[in-house]
Amino acid sequence: MPTVSMTVNGKAVTGEVEGRTLLVHFLRDKLHLTGTHVGCDTAQCGACTVHLGGKAIKSCNILALQAEGASITTIEGLAQNGTLHPMQEAFRDNHGLQCGFCTPGMVMAAVSLVKGKTNLSDEEIRHGLDGNICRCTGYHNIVKAVKAGAQAMGGK
Amino acid sequence: MHNFAFHRPTSVADAAKAIGAASDGKFVAGGQTLLPTLRQRLAQPSDMIDLSAIAELKGIKVEGDGITIGAGTTHSEVANSADVQKTIPALAHLASLIGDHQVRQRGTIGGSIANNDPAADYPAAALGLGATVKTNKREIKADDFFKGMFETALEEGEIIVSLHFPKPEKAGYEKFRQPASRFALVGVFVAKTKSGVRVAVTGAGPGVFRSKELEAALGGNFSADAAKGVKISANGLNGDLHGSPEYRASLVSTLAGRAAAGAK
Amino acid sequence: MPEGTGSATGIGASVKRKEDFRFLTGRGTYTDDINRPGQTYAYILRSPHASADIAKIDTAKAKAAPGVVTILTGADYDKGGLPCGWQIHSKDGSPMAEPPHFPLCKDKVRHVGDQVALVIAETYAQARDAAELIDVTYQETKPIISLADADKPGQPQVWPDAKNNTCFDWHIGDKAAVDAAFAKAAHVTKIDIVNQRLIPNAMEPRAAIGDFDRATGEFTLYTTSQNPHVIRLLMGAFVLQIPESKLRVVAPDVGGGFGSKIFHYAEEALVTWAAGKVERPIKWTSDRSEAFLTDAHGRDQINHAELAMDKDGKFLALRVATKANMGAYLSTFAPCVPTYLSATLLAGVYSTPAIYGEVKAIFTNTAVVDAYRGAGRPETTYLLERLVEKAARETGIDRVEIRRKNFIPKDAFPYQTPVALQYDSGDYFSTLDMALKNADWAGFEKRKAEAKGRGKLRGIGISTYLEACGIAPSAVVGSLGARAGLYETGQIRVHPTGSVTVFTGTHSHGQGHETTFAQLVSEGLGIPIENIEVSHGDTNKIPFGMGTYGSRSLAVGGSAIVKAMDKIITKSKRIAAHLMEASVADVEFKNGVFTVVGTDKSVPFGTVALTAYVPHNYPITELEPGLEETAFYDPLNFTFPGGCHICEVEIDPDTGTVEVVNFTAVDDIGRVINPMIAEGQIHGGVAQGIGQALLEAAAYDEESGQLLTGSYMDYCMPRADNIPNINVGNHVTLCTHNPLGAKGVGEVGAIGSPPAVINAVLDALLPLGVKDIAMPATPHKVWQAIQTAKKAAE
Repeated sequence: MPTVSMTVNGKAVTGEVEGRTLLVHFLRDKLHLTGTHVGCDTAQCGACTVHLGGKAIKSCNILALQAEGASITTIEGLAQNGTLHPMQEAFRDNHGLQCGFCTPGMVMAAVSLVKGKTNLSDEEIRHGLDGNICRCTGYHNIVKAVKAGAQAMGGK
Repeated sequence: MHNFAFHRPTSVADAAKAIGAASDGKFVAGGQTLLPTLRQRLAQPSDMIDLSAIAELKGIKVEGDGITIGAGTTHSEVANSADVQKTIPALAHLASLIGDHQVRQRGTIGGSIANNDPAADYPAAALGLGATVKTNKREIKADDFFKGMFETALEEGEIIVSLHFPKPEKAGYEKFRQPASRFALVGVFVAKTKSGVRVAVTGAGPGVFRSKELEAALGGNFSADAAKGVKISANGLNGDLHGSPEYRASLVSTLAGRAAAGAK
Repeated sequence: MPEGTGSATGIGASVKRKEDFRFLTGRGTYTDDINRPGQTYAYILRSPHASADIAKIDTAKAKAAPGVVTILTGADYDKGGLPCGWQIHSKDGSPMAEPPHFPLCKDKVRHVGDQVALVIAETYAQARDAAELIDVTYQETKPIISLADADKPGQPQVWPDAKNNTCFDWHIGDKAAVDAAFAKAAHVTKIDIVNQRLIPNAMEPRAAIGDFDRATGEFTLYTTSQNPHVIRLLMGAFVLQIPESKLRVVAPDVGGGFGSKIFHYAEEALVTWAAGKVERPIKWTSDRSEAFLTDAHGRDQINHAELAMDKDGKFLALRVATKANMGAYLSTFAPCVPTYLSATLLAGVYSTPAIYGEVKAIFTNTAVVDAYRGAGRPETTYLLERLVEKAARETGIDRVEIRRKNFIPKDAFPYQTPVALQYDSGDYFSTLDMALKNADWAGFEKRKAEAKGRGKLRGIGISTYLEACGIAPSAVVGSLGARAGLYETGQIRVHPTGSVTVFTGTHSHGQGHETTFAQLVSEGLGIPIENIEVSHGDTNKIPFGMGTYGSRSLAVGGSAIVKAMDKIITKSKRIAAHLMEASVADVEFKNGVFTVVGTDKSVPFGTVALTAYVPHNYPITELEPGLEETAFYDPLNFTFPGGCHICEVEIDPDTGTVEVVNFTAVDDIGRVINPMIAEGQIHGGVAQGIGQALLEAAAYDEESGQLLTGSYMDYCMPRADNIPNINVGNHVTLCTHNPLGAKGVGEVGAIGSPPAVINAVLDALLPLGVKDIAMPATPHKVWQAIQTAKKAAE
């Protein structure tokens, strides 16, 4: 069986995978990072969103072997030293989550979307999140959260 | 999906060798279309040859009469490229509309063109601008490249290296999204080029096509009204849950008009 | 229960959610995140045909595939079928047809996706690969798909015992009174409505892990359920014949339900049954394509309605005939949705004196249909608000005034409707006026003219509605055919050092109970909210409860907690009285402290708690030690939240695109515990309502029975750019019959919104001559309606 090596949440990892193993299953099943979720099988719902090289991608739509040597950040890697990331705080402050299932993917997408910007319009946020489906919140509070999160991140 | 052997060549030459050696190999670049296909078990390659580690396929260069984009360039890179935005803004705009934020970080122009999905956006730009597809074997003009649904002029194992888009006088792209998949139900790319007006339509038919009637109308008067007045035939256009052939026909003229009106 | 002391963590405070930390950091434990030692994986082979006889299943090659533990089919299945929890009787008194529903098909498959074989292997991939080697010989038969045609003579029959595919033919109300009123009517408005089939699509696909302890003979089922005790009862008693004392059901974190995770599904029974056979845990996780085929679908009714009015537009009578799709089998609560959850709402907010409703439930070769957010009340509300709107257009009476003049007056409560339900309280005038103001109804014409300048058609639509929830008084529903009670349980365990665990039989899968119930107890017992844990989901920990759906958790579950708190306080007062050497009658409890009236004697709750568990200074001969109380609360009536929704749309006539530019909701949900959470529920419900109105529809091919909308590629889920910001207002009339005065908020958003949206669309298209449109009003449909109207005008 082939092996793959990458950095996940700052840690170097290596694991055995099949050619067909998706990155999301490598993360969930081999690394036990179950925060990244599988919500669909057509790569549309975004619940599996992680960062590859700082960019949001759908981990269900990339083979683990295609991430060889890459730097991956999952939701588990967002908070640093027990302190929530400003985007995570913003989601909590603004009730941007209900059942929580879409939330890791939504937060990872949001962090990537607002990178380098502090003031996004509602429209920009709503369009930018079209790769993430939420069934619970109706998006109203997610937009509020992303706006607040962007401000709090201060353009970083 | 079924299992396969995975290869990650670092040069076009090695990629060509790998596909030649495979019994039923497939190239994967961004994988944004191929992986969902494999997960549905609609294809069963013996080998997957990953093109995403090949440096020769990357890069955007202003050169000649326009701009050359490496086949491995992502949609996000094209959308955000200052060079593309300056040279052919409609192309950057089109790239920003493909898929969604996450898909654009991985999906590539080469993958889109090689796949030739009847609802993909890039084929409309390539045909609309009269682009040239450069492979590891030859150069193919856009007018000769797109053969039909998921069919192109590429030979087995042939690899797209880059696409060259000549700079138009002005161009515009309007996309009407199928509400569920957000692919183009109809997408129209309109360009005023050196050799006249070109109008390329995606989503409406079995493959991307040029509309002679709209090219004639807009050639005379490059405006929304000129396009709106053209009645496109529904004959041969796609009909499905999301739109009848007549609806698509109507959208073709409406979108062509809007693309012309907003052309930059 | 105090009204809300204004505490930052009590009733009425928008307390940030306690459960968020784990969800935001990826520490949520959803069923697929759980792995049991020695776990195997299940994959279910499903029918590719809508209707077929199974001639032969050959599993020999598959059984020999790598990693396969076993393969089981209907021939191996020796237990009971999945039960239906509600029995409806027809007009002639006969009970509904109740065909068997085995978790693995025995001789026939009855819809695409029906379960044919259970493959268990060491890995999921191996199970799936092995399934491809199973050879099934089907003899296809013609399916019946169309709801409109299924009960006509000569159609394929899904079940031999259900003649003309009719499960039951039921009615409610007074036909004679209605007929008499119609005979005298000055005006009759008629309408035909399709309430289209929807697919709930909670973001977490269903999953189930069956486990068997061969030392104790105990079974454990982990499942994505809204009601673990109900699953334990149904599966234990009716399906697998496992005593409840040997069956534990755990619903951990669940990623949304919206009703679709209420029902007892085949996969739950299969993994539990098979775990007992292989004596290893078995995990099954649905993928999304599978979910599309096998999760219970929602809605799917065809209605014909007629409204009789006098010359001033006062409603005299209403009659409705409904066909409701059951799918191929009876799901757990399916029969009650179009009957007792739909037709009993036909009065709505109006004082219509005579009503008659008929409902035919029909089998088709499609996935089962059961409750989905609103469960019957969206169907009735849509019907009423489209009908009333049409009546206004036909008679020329203003759309707002025709509603206002028919509202049940403010002083008419309790109000007995002609369709069984008695409303306790409500003020439809205030929610209407507030909504009109918040939506700037008066300024609409100006906005319409401005939009016209941009080439857009702007329309505004209204819906005034109520619903019945807080499910439910047990004896009442029992008399109507329910086979379960619908009370709720709350158990408050005060620990010796003063922290509290609240056990609730409800289940939070997004509703925030871990926070709102803690707010109740924080206020009620005067203890810090950080010291309160809310426990739900594990039948080993919690007394029997009925779960979360039907907007019942606060009204019924919260009331049970209040009752349990009352018991805690009663006992605590006796302990405090003893400690303060006073008589119980003189002891008061406020803000967490017991005092003796007229003195400065006091003792805090924490001291009472410790004393209860270290009963040295204690009335031990009169009172048992400990401080833990359970209450089972059976509601006295349904609750009736409702209000007014106003939607404004802009339509691009060239493409047919409908954009929702404003949405205003003013709802009366009774007592509000956490305004932030209540608003979130409205946002989510409205988004689903907009989804039904403009985007979503499940479609089967009528010839083959294939599901045409089998993925997100074809079933349109609302994305962030489909939904606007939602303006939420609130007006309170308290529920008169539960201790909280709460009415419930979980479903109102999805109930009031669809007609507001469609009425707005039709308002926008009225100048073009479009008079009707079906949901979803997709761009294609709107464009077609415009073209048809154009042609008719020529």
